[in-house]
This record gives sequence, C-alpha cells and structure tokens, in this order.
Amino acid sequence: MNKLDSILRIKNNQSVELQKIETLTYADFYSIVLELLKKEENHCVTYFAYRRKDDLQFIIAIADDKNHDIAILSHILKARKKQELNSLTQSIFALHIFEREIYENFGVNFINHPWQKPVRFPHNRADKKLQINDYPFYSIKSEELHEVGVGPIHAGIIEPGHFRFICNGENVLHLEIQLGWQHRGVEQLFLNKKHNLQRNLLAENIAGDTVIGHTTAFAQTMETLANKQISEQLHLERALALELERIAVHTGDIGALCVDAAYHLGANVFGILRTAIINFTQLWCGNRFGKSLVRMGGTHFPFTEDLKIELLQMLAKYEKQFEEMADLTYRLPSVQNRFDFVGTVTKKQAQLVGTVGLSARMSNIVKDIRVSHPNIAYLNFPYQTITLKKGDVFARFLLKKKEIRKSIAWIRNLMEHFQFDNKNTQKPDYQLNLKPNNLAISLVEAWRGEVCHCAITDENGDLSHYKVKDPSMHNWKALELSLRNVEISDFPINNKSYNLSYCGNDL
Amino acid sequence: MISFLLILVSSIFFVGIIIKVKAKIAARKMPSVFQPLFDVIRLFKKGAIYSSTTSVIFKITPLVYMASVLMATLFIPIGSQKGFLSFEGDFVFFAYLLAMGKFMMIIAAMDTGSGFEAMGANREALYSMLVEPAFFILIGSMALFTHNTSFQDLYMNLHAGTELTYIISIAAIYILIYIAMIENSRMPVDDPKTHLELTMVHEVMVLDNSGFDLGLIHIATWLKFAIYGGLISNFVIQTTWIWYYQITAFLGIQILFAIIIGLVEAFRARNKMEKNPQWIIMLSAIAVVIFLTTLIITQKIILN
Repeated sequence: MNKLDSILRIKNNQSVELQKIETLTYADFYSIVLELLKKEENHCVTYFAYRRKDDLQFIIAIADDKNHDIAILSHILKARKKQELNSLTQSIFALHIFEREIYENFGVNFINHPWQKPVRFPHNRADKKLQINDYPFYSIKSEELHEVGVGPIHAGIIEPGHFRFICNGENVLHLEIQLGWQHRGVEQLFLNKKHNLQRNLLAENIAGDTVIGHTTAFAQTMETLANKQISEQLHLERALALELERIAVHTGDIGALCVDAAYHLGANVFGILRTAIINFTQLWCGNRFGKSLVRMGGTHFPFTEDLKIELLQMLAKYEKQFEEMADLTYRLPSVQNRFDFVGTVTKKQAQLVGTVGLSARMSNIVKDIRVSHPNIAYLNFPYQTITLKKGDVFARFLLKKKEIRKSIAWIRNLMEHFQFDNKNTQKPDYQLNLKPNNLAISLVEAWRGEVCHCAITDENGDLSHYKVKDPSMHNWKALELSLRNVEISDFPINNKSYNLSYCGNDL
Repeated sequence: MISFLLILVSSIFFVGIIIKVKAKIAARKMPSVFQPLFDVIRLFKKGAIYSSTTSVIFKITPLVYMASVLMATLFIPIGSQKGFLSFEGDFVFFAYLLAMGKFMMIIAAMDTGSGFEAMGANREALYSMLVEPAFFILIGSMALFTHNTSFQDLYMNLHAGTELTYIISIAAIYILIYIAMIENSRMPVDDPKTHLELTMVHEVMVLDNSGFDLGLIHIATWLKFAIYGGLISNFVIQTTWIWYYQITAFLGIQILFAIIIGLVEAFRARNKMEKNPQWIIMLSAIAVVIFLTTLIITQKIILN
C-alpha cells in the first residue's frame, strides 16, 4: 500500500518535471495500475509510449474523480529487451484501445491481450506490412449466420468507417467497427510544425465538430508548459464557447435522430435552431464552428457587453422555440416507440469499456470533467452533472435535451454575474517559452466527453511528444455493445445517438 | 375506358401532392406538384446501367412490374364508369397481378447479389404476405354483402341496398389507405426519404436500377397509389350521380387521399422494424371485424 501513497499526483492543467516521475519496474507498474483502476472513481485518461533515446517510455495518467487529481505513472522498456509485456487489458478492459495503439505504433506485443488489432494505420506504424485491407475481422463459420459489411464509404456525408455485422436474420449478434481510413498523422504534425500558430490551427482541425474542445485543451496544455497565466475572463470566454458548441451539436444531433426516425418536422425545426446558435458563434468570432476563437495566451475576439445582449436575446428566442418543439417531439408516441429500449448499454458494460462523457452519463455513470477536474471557469461557476439510468437510444436522446437546458442555465448564470471588460484583453502570444523536460496534461469536457491533451518537452524546451485523446476512442466500443441482439435496421439510430468522431479516432 | 384514363391522369400529380404537403408542414419551400414527373422525364433521358452480376431477370423486371400494374388498373371501375376488363372473381386476378409484379421485383433484387437488396427483398416479401389477408377478407366481405364477385358489379351494387353500407365503408376506407401505404412502402412501415440502406424496405430493392428502368418503377408506384385511390373513391361515389359529379368527386378524393398520406407521414415517426408485422396484422384484424359485421348484416349470423 506504501507504493500507492507515494504516487505522483498532479491537478488538471498542471505540469511536472519529467525527472520527478518515478520510473517503475513493469511488475510494480502493473500492480499499481490494477490497484488504482479497480476503484470506481478512477479511470485512465491517457496511456501512451514514446521514444526516449532508443528506449520506450510508457506514461499512464489516471484521473481520480474523488480527489480531483491525476496520478502519473511511468516505466521504461529498454530497447535491448524483448518488446513484449503482460497485457493490462485482460483485467482492465478499458485499456484495450491504448495497448492496441502502443502495439501498432511501436510493435510491442502485449501477451494475453484479447483483441490486439490495429487502431488507425498511421504512416509511422511499426509494421508497414500490416495493410488496412487485411484487417483481422472476427468471423464465424456458420451456415445460418451471414455477414453484412457497411462502408468504408458512408451513405451520408460523414466520415469513412467500416462496419462488419454478423447477423442471424435481422438480428445482429456481433458488430466490429474498423476505423483508420484517414491516416492524418496529427500527433506527428504537432512536432513537425515549429510555429505555435501552426500548432494552434492544427488543434482546431483535429475534429471539426469539437473545435473549441480540442483547441481549449491545446491552449491550456501549452500555457501550462509555459507558465503563462491567463485572466479569469479568458477562461470564462472559452467555457462559454464550449457550452455554445455543446448546445449547437446536441441540437443538431436531436434533429439528426429525428431524420433517422423519419420525423421530418422535428428534423427541420431542430436544424433551424442549431443554425441560430452557430450563427451567434459566427457573429462573435467570424466562424460558425468557433475556429480562430481560442488562441494560446489570449484572444483576438474578446466577449463584450454588446455581445452579451445579443446572446441573451438569441437564447431567449432559441429556448422558446426549442421547448415548444421538444415538448412535441419527446412526447410523440411514435418517436418514443422508435427509440425506447433500443441499443441498451448497461452500467456494468459501460464501466467495463470505460465510456466517458455523454455515453457514460446515459448509463448512470457520473463522469464529467467540469465537475471532477474543473478549471477556473467551472470552479467559479459550477456545473451540475445530470445522469440517466436506462442507457438506450432514448436515454441518449433525452440526455441531449437535458444537457442543452443545463448549459443554457449555466450561460445565463454567467451572463448575470460576470461583467465582461474588453479594455484589458490579452492578445494571443505565440512566442511562449516552454519549460524544458516537462510534462503537462489538460482535460476538457467537450460535448462528446473528455478530451485529453498531453505534451512532453525536451531539454531545449521544444515539444518532444504530443498526445491527443478524443472521447470517441473510449466510446466506439459502447456502440459495438449497443448493437448486440438488436435489429440491424436499428443501427443508424444507435450510431447517430452516439455521434462519435471518426477523425478523432483517425488522428 | 374513362376510368382507366382518370386513374392515369390522377397518378401524375398524386406523389407531387404528398411531397408538397410534407414540405409545407416541415416549413420547407414546396416543390411543384409535377416535380416527380420532371424527375421521371429526366430519368427517361438517361441510359440504364446494369451490374455485371445481374442476369436477364433484372433487365425485364421493371417492364413486367410496370405491365402488371397497368393491367391491374384496367379492372378498376369508377362510379358508373366501367372498368376496361371485368369478369367473375377478377379481384383475385387483380391481387395476384400486383403480387406477380412484386415477386419479380423481389427476385430481381436478389439477382443483384447485394446483401442490402436481399435484406430489403426479405422484408418486402414478409410485409406483402402479411397484408394479403387484409385485402382478401375486406373484398370478400363486400362480395358477400353484394352477392357479386367482380370489382365492377361489386361496386355497382354496393350502394343499392341499404344505408348499412356506410358502416363497412368507413372501416374499409381505413384499411385501404393503410394497405396502399404498405404496398407503396410509405410510412409508418418504410420511409421513402431515408438514405440509410439498413433501414430501407422498398428503396433498397431498387438501388441498382437506373435511368429508364427506375423511371418505370416510379411510374408504377404512382399508378398503385391512384389504383388504391380509385378503390377508395368507389365507396363514396354513388352510381346514381351525374357523370361530371362522379369525375369531380373522384379527383377530389384522390387529392384528399394524397393529403392524408402527407399528413400521416409528416406528423409521426416510423415504426420499429420488428413491430411492423404486428402492425400489419392489425389491419387483418380490422378486416375480420368488417367480415363479421357483414355476416350480421346479411343475417348469416343471427344474434339473439
């Protein structure tokens, strides 16, 4: 137990010198991680490896929701040793995706990993012979069952992903999702691009629907590494943008779910409402998705009292129409009939696969970075998490509505109690000097769930490793589980109710 | 002959009215009533593309389908305007003409070898099978009621006897509206607007059809709507009316029927796929109620 107490713990948006991170033997690392992750309040936010002078350093960050801190553990796999480790996934299933990623990038073999398959086929993968067309799908030899393959070209306009169903008639027994068609190399680009503005733009483009979420995480990571203090107002502005993004995307999702249920009246009205929100973001910063709004060290587009009036007017109008339409939609028997009891993920399943964000909250798991690891904005203006119990499509559909209401209430509270001052605003600062040999970590609750950015600097104060984790990494597995024993025709509504990111996975 | 022409004419604007109503309710700009017609003209100008896995079945199907529906149209009388063809028991012939067209569509979908299309074909076959009893029990009851077995005589004598017809007419119209919606793969059984192959029924079966073939399939769909509209209108139109009253009433009922379909589609979500069979069987249950009512009216069953 001694070892558990001496673990290095940092807060969200805090940096630590690399030498302070104790390097454990793998046996110790293994037992401590197991010990930590057994507790319900702990979950792994990122687990990665990077090359440090030929050797491979592993770093795992485990967030503790009770103590509001993050435990950092590390161990080193020497280059001369056999590249083989005992898999943690056999005990903690939620780690499967991280171990698969390390296996793919560095060729480390995890013994007894139940599902050691490639994640995203990056250009710098360890085994170049592994081609995306040879993906090892799970298959069943049976006369009665048949396989249905969907994708990788999607019927709508969204991104590439291949879905392989094993079906018994109309019923799906098993779904396997194969991603990794985009090969973007985002993390490597963060190191290749030397100018901080370039990196800032890159962060904006990690996922087009989570612009504010990812950029805020990036800005906070870099500011932490540079010891740059930013004003409370700037924090609040970013949080405001984050909540607006949440409202906009959730509204769009509710509309999209109505399309899939063939309820076109709802689809159109919610589509119109989403436009009102993103048009306000455009009024604020010139881009409907909030690109160029969040910059490291400051902003070009401070929030003003004029904008406040505009925002409150827009929200009043939005809320009236939203409530009217929601009242109609959520009470419509045919909509309820379509969504109820479809694609249920139980609390136990959700905990096992380690879902985060909305996908966790719909199964009654309280997981919200805004509450468990808040930054200044959410410390001063607290947010209360809502959870639902059922874990089916209707729960996700309903949770989106409830979160919209909560976010609007949060914004109203902020607008009432905070006076925005646009005289002394900080301008963006791209010439930040990063502390050498440091590790910084930043968690942000984007609309989908927690976004985690982690950066490591070398002895010259330059980035030596940059790690991005989109909430979709955890949640894709939940979608696979939702489809167990569900009709294949219910796949689209399940998929839409999660609305997971393809590019967030294909970094 | 006039009834045949009337059905052809009304079929042209039928689907146009449905999409117009749906667009209006959804607060979108309304397309022209003739938009479906323009689409079909555009399709006719295009050539058809055939997958290399398909055989001759796939190529002849659109023609057979169209021919079967056109032929079925010939049997429909409108008011006192007689159908082109008529013989004893022709409603059985009518039902199986439509079924033959559908059968060809199903095997053509399977002919493409696509997993999606086979799935759609499965569903279509199941729903057609389930909806068949509803149609036969309904028309059978009417045959019993009027002592006739051809569409023409059956409708001619429907209003001759008593006011009791209205009892069964209301239920019959309800059933026919929903049979039309199932036969044409509309809501709540299927969603013609969806882009998701996994949830499609009819749409997925015609994924491989293009150009001229697709145009024929669209026209056959319009005709089917107009046929059922014709069947419905006969419950209202009295043979004693003057001929231009009858024609106006027919066109009015067609428009009303299209508006009702548009309203039903706009204000509800579609069914869960697994609940469709249950929902379709419900129609047969109502048809059985009509049958029992007819037995009572015709005093085949005497209640004490």
